[in-house]
Amino acid sequence: MKLLTHNMLTSKCMKGVTVGYPLGIVAKDIKVSETEFNSEFVSRIIPKLDWNALWKAADSIGHSGDLPQQLMEDYENNEEFLKKVHHVLLEVEIINGELVCPESGRKFPISQGIPNMLLNEDEL
Amino acid sequence: MALFKPKALECQLQNVKGFEKPKVKLEQYVTSPHIAAHMLHTIQSTFDDLEGKFVADLGCGCGVLTIGAALLGAAQCVAFDIDPDALEMFTLNVNEFDICNIDTVLCDVRFIPVSWKKTFDTVIMNPPFGTKHQQGIDLQFLHVALNLAGKSVYSLHKTSTRKYVMQKAESWGAKPKVLAELRYDLPATYKFHRKHSVDIDVDLIRFNLE
Repeated sequence: MKLLTHNMLTSKCMKGVTVGYPLGIVAKDIKVSETEFNSEFVSRIIPKLDWNALWKAADSIGHSGDLPQQLMEDYENNEEFLKKVHHVLLEVEIINGELVCPESGRKFPISQGIPNMLLNEDEL
Repeated sequence: MALFKPKALECQLQNVKGFEKPKVKLEQYVTSPHIAAHMLHTIQSTFDDLEGKFVADLGCGCGVLTIGAALLGAAQCVAFDIDPDALEMFTLNVNEFDICNIDTVLCDVRFIPVSWKKTFDTVIMNPPFGTKHQQGIDLQFLHVALNLAGKSVYSLHKTSTRKYVMQKAESWGAKPKVLAELRYDLPATYKFHRKHSVDIDVDLIRFNLE
């Protein structure tokens, strides 16, 4: 599970949960890889992200690097910055661990890189 | 990025392994490499909706559509499915193709755990048709897809439901257009299929959200 995917996940479909975002991360195994950098794609994705949630997620697993906590202006032309975002969003993967609902504490296991967001009948 | 011709893409997609034990309840059929290749090729060559785009596949199964999208240059793909066995096969397939820009989420698409709206550029899917045990599920998938996509949704629906699907899509703010009429030739996947193969007329529909 990449941090890009984590940034969009919520537990709000659960009964009794209002916001369910952002989900906490407990990481047991992390894989860091190198993937092709697409500056245009990263630039387009940034406005869709919850930047604060991204930074906190990366920081909580020790991979925020020197990614700024505040999103800078005029990032579209800052290749160095975009590369840092690319790294955090797409090159750091949680292979095994858990996601945690901030309201109910419910844990969603991550195994082989796949978060299990299936809800039990009594949770819907 | 060089665009695979449909035939070449079809050849590639023939290497995608299907369900070991397809589950009747989930209507698990593999999208044929022929249909997938032509569908994806059209999406990219006519509408430029795959290359460099953020793509979602709802009900991805073993991954024919997602893998095809990645081969045609999608920047990142996120695939969603309810069946852990299907996702296991999906992961095997993705690794065989050595693709690194695909993420997967195990969930019920009808209760998709995604907080963004208009998250993805393009949503592609071959949803369950809603026969047998799950009436109306194709429209539930469509509704979710229309919320997730910023630009367009491409989906397959039974031709017999065309009018209803188009009406519903319009009421949800999309502009639907039938791109092609296809015929599914499903080999007797399940024990109860008495005929050797079952033919179903299917529409490939593009739902424009811009």
